[in-house]
Formats: sequence, C-alpha cells, structure tokens
Amino acid sequence: MKILVCVKRVVDYNVKVRVRADHTDVETNGVKMSMNPFDEIAVEEAIRLKERGLASEIVALSIGPAACAETLRTALAMGADRGILVEMPHSPEPLAVAKLVRAVAEREQPGLIILGKQAIDDDMNATGQMLAALLGWPQGTFASRLEIVESAAKVTREIDGGLETLRLSLPAIITTDLRLNEPRYASLPNIMKARKKPIDTLTPQALDVDVAPRLTLLSVTEPPTRKAGVKVDSVEELVAKLKREAKVI
Amino acid sequence: MTILVLIEGEAGTVKQPSRSALAAAARLGGNVHGLVVGSRADAEAAARLPGLSEVLHAELAHILAEPVADLIVGLAGDYSHVLAAATASGKNILPRAAALLDVQPISDVTEVMDEETFVRPIYAGNALARVRSADAKKLLTIRAASFDPVPATGGAAPIRAVPIAESAGSAFVSAEIAHSERPELTAARIIVSGGRGMANAENFHLLDKLADKLGAAVGASRAAVDAGYAPNDFQVGQTGKIVAPELYIAIGISGAIQHLAGMKDSKVIVAINKDPDAPIFQVADYGLVADLFTAVPALDEALANAP
Ligand SMILES: Cc1cc2nc3c(=O)[nH]c(=O)nc-3n(C[C@H](O)[C@H](O)[C@H](O)COP(=O)(O)OP(=O)(O)OC[C@H]3O[C@@H](n4cnc5c(N)ncnc54)[C@H](O)[C@@H]3O)c2cc1C
Repeated sequence: MKILVCVKRVVDYNVKVRVRADHTDVETNGVKMSMNPFDEIAVEEAIRLKERGLASEIVALSIGPAACAETLRTALAMGADRGILVEMPHSPEPLAVAKLVRAVAEREQPGLIILGKQAIDDDMNATGQMLAALLGWPQGTFASRLEIVESAAKVTREIDGGLETLRLSLPAIITTDLRLNEPRYASLPNIMKARKKPIDTLTPQALDVDVAPRLTLLSVTEPPTRKAGVKVDSVEELVAKLKREAKVI
Repeated sequence: MTILVLIEGEAGTVKQPSRSALAAAARLGGNVHGLVVGSRADAEAAARLPGLSEVLHAELAHILAEPVADLIVGLAGDYSHVLAAATASGKNILPRAAALLDVQPISDVTEVMDEETFVRPIYAGNALARVRSADAKKLLTIRAASFDPVPATGGAAPIRAVPIAESAGSAFVSAEIAHSERPELTAARIIVSGGRGMANAENFHLLDKLADKLGAAVGASRAAVDAGYAPNDFQVGQTGKIVAPELYIAIGISGAIQHLAGMKDSKVIVAINKDPDAPIFQVADYGLVADLFTAVPALDEALANAP
C-alpha cells in the first residue's frame, strides 16, 4: 500500500505572530517557518506503518511556494521516500488544496492519505474532510490511534466527551490529532540521504485544478489584549478578591 | 433567506454549543430551520428552542460524517447558509458537506458582520481575520464561546422526518465517553484547569474537590493530557476546547500561546504557579506565586471558611 502524506509550511509554532501595520495580514517576512506540527505527526504515522510492513512507499506532498521544498526535505529526512511539490505563489484555501490533493491522488492511487487535522496558521481544520468528500472516501478525523487490519483502518478519534473508534474501508483519509504519536527527529545521516531523494514539481495548471480563492481577506487585526492584573500574597486574599472585587464566586 | 443549523442533541437535550450556533443564526436574520441527527427525544428538545420554524429529524444511532454530510447536501438547495457549532462533531461534518457543494467553509466564526462577512481567529487567536465569502452558499462553524446561547425553551417548532442513508465506507465500533456530574467544559461558569505542574494523575484529582466546591468543570493543558494526568476531552487550547467562563483558574500551567488561545477570553483569570515569570501571569487578573501543593488545599479550606 502506498501512503500519501500532506505537509504544509507554516510559521513555526514558537513564533508569536504580529499583525502588519497596514492590517492586510500577519507579518511572515523574516519569520521562522517549519512543517505544520500536525503534519509531522502524519509523516511519523506513515513511517511507522511502513516500518511495520503495512506500507510500501510514502509520498510526501506540499502545496505552495518553492520554499515548500524545504518542508518536503524534512519529510524525506524523517523517512518519506519521495516528494511532490505543487508550486504556486501562495498557499491556497483548503477547498483548492483538497482539489489539488485529489488530482495527485488520482495519479498516485494511494491506499491511505494522512493529513494534519489543522494547520496552525489558518486554523481551518477542513482540508482532510474536504478531500475525503471529493474522493468519496471515508474519513477518520482527529485520530489518536490507527491500526490497519485486513484492508480496513481502525481509527480512534478524539471527540467531545472522550474517544470513538471507527472502522473505515480503504482507501481512506486520516487526520492526525496531537496524541497519535511523537514525531522523530531526523538524524544527520538521514538528512544527508534525503538530499538525494526525488522531488517532482507540478503546477495547478498541469493538474487542471481551478484554485481561485472564494474568500477575500478584508482585514487582519490584533485581538483585544488583556492586561496583567495584580499579584496576591495569599490564598485568603485571593478568595476575598474573587468574592468582593470580581464577584465571580 | 433560510438558514439551516445542525443541532447536536444528547439524551433528550440540546448541547449548549448548538444553542450558540442558533444565536449566530439569529444575527444573520431570516428564517431558521434546525437539523437533528439522532433520537426523537433530541429532535423534540430542538423543537422547544426559540426561533426555529421547523426541525428536520433524521434517525441515526451513531453519527458518522459521511451520511450526515450527504444529508446536508441533499437538503442544501433550500438554504442560503448552513451552520454548525465548531465542536468535534461540527468540524468533522461541515467541511465534508461544503466540499460536496463546492463551497469553501469558514471555520470558527466569532463574529457575524453581515450575510457574507465573518470574523474568525487565525494563528491561535493571535490575529482576527475578517473574510468575505463569494460562494453562493455559506457553510460556517460557529465558535460557541463567542455567542451567548439562546435559551433551551420558548419555541414549539414542527418536526419533519427526513430519511438518511447508511454509511458505506465507515462503521462505528465503540466509544469511551467519560460521564461526569460536573458541568461540561464549554458550558461551565467556572473552570479549574491543571497543567504539567500537577505532576501525576493522582495529584490531578486534587482539582476535583476544588471544582466541586465551586460548581466548576475541570480542564487541562495539553501537557497534562499528553502525560496521562487527564482525559483528552479536558484539553483547553488552540487544538482543544475553546472556553470563556466567568472564572478560569489555571494551576501549574505555564501559559503557552496554544493554551492561551483556548481561554484568554475568560472574564476573570486566576493563575497559581510557582514560577513568578510564567507567561500565564501576563493574562491573569489575579496571580498567586505559590507551590500548588500547598495553595490548592489552602484554597479548598479558604473557600469552606470564607464568609
Ligand atoms: C500544534 C500544537 C498545538 C498545541 N495545542 C495545545 C492546546 O490546545 N492546549 C494546550 O494547553 N497546549 C497546547 N500545545 C502545547 C503548548 O505549547 C504547551 O506545551 C503546553 O500548553 C504546556 O502545558 P503546561 O503549561 O501544563 O506545561 P509546562 O509548560 O511544562 O508548565 C508547567 C507549569 O507548572 C508550573 N509548576 C510546576 N510545578 C509546580 C508546583 N508544584 N506549583 C506551582 N506551579 C508549578 C511551572 O512553573 C510551569 O509554569 C500545543 C502545542 C503545539 C505544538
């Protein structure tokens, strides 16, 4: 079985983003970029399936500017076999991403596609579900456990109130939650080896996908900031303040 | 303009986040229909909500995204907007339906500006994006913490049964749902949350006593959940639950941006942490620099004794 994993290049999770003075977007110039943390979990899960003999090849796919090749190299250094870059000036909306991934999936015919449940930049949490819809495949979103048993995926999902386990026929879509695994760091020899692994470059035109955006970003603003309050010296003072000043207990 | 709102029920009640989604629908104006997938009792509870002119009811034992998305697509012709609360269930279903309708959904809406313009947080809530949709239909998930829920009663909408197909590719196997006497995180007036500082699962239960005294829900940081001190659905943050209670007490939580993303709209924030430089103090209204293992029992006692 071939596994396709989708990896997005995003502002690193440790960066505190700033809104641009002209309110057109957040500042991404000169900001550290990394693989979306949920996608690292997706790559790791694919590698573990391969290590268990349940997958034959792992193809990593990234969509966006040329610099996404770096993100693909990270996936290759972790253990993916080859990369596909769909190059375009900006990272498109989830609907366009889902259409592009579908087009690649139709060429590659994977048995499983694993994506992060959300990208930590736009926080949309939509691409995996949309891709599943477009392919007509079942979906196991927010996965915290995945088993492949007899050409089916048994996936445990993090839901409101606890956990739920589903059985999905393959091919299927999985989106990863934080507790699915802990991604490995790429070793230096593997980073060297990854430089020789192939990356194919495609375009939306070559895949015949319309990527025109549906949403117009009108403005980006700072959320109201909270100011730090006071330090209290004792538990008694805290209780007194909560009762008399804040009146919340 | 008619709006369809996916309403989540549970044991003959409507979940609070769905009542917030209805509040968002009311901001849009127009006629509002509810869609309940579940038991008849859940549909009856939805019919009692104020402001609905009809409740569509599909009977299904286990809610799976595939058949529910297909159902929404089948009904969508009649509606200008389809809304769901941005719960795990809403986020699972709504984008699937949107793709089938060739619509770019808008997730986690915190403000309705007009019929086609919405505000949503991005980058863990460090920025607010105002977006306008050019799609013929709008599919939205609504951040419950940003809309005061409509009351649970006051209406008497007719219920219409709609058929739903079985799912072909996916099947329910099992669920582990924690039952608790405490209020739900997203509905609680007070939340007591613990982090890695709680040090182990046994200590985490120190928070139970405090929560019970305050009538509070218990929450957790990702670190506490990852370490197995607390179950996954306790997680508050960018990728967990988004809460905005009257009072949020963070105990042994450092205040990472991903955690703040889930609770910084709380009315009053209290932080108890032994590190005076912990970032949580930058958002706390009341900070207590103390070892939690002395502060939490002392807080229990002070609450019992306070006049
Ligand atoms: C993609 C991604 C998504 C994430 N999503 C979330 C999310 O949704 N929610 C979330 O919470 N995190 C999330 N995180 C993780 C986040 O970055 C932090 O790692 C996490 O919030 C830290 O949890 P913590 O504050 O409990 O632990 P720590 O940062 O380790 O802090 C523990 C705190 O406890 C204090 N402490 C220790 N012992 C005591 C004591 N005896 N008495 C008093 N204080 C004590 C320490 O001083 C410290 O401040 C996410 C991270 C990533 C990369």
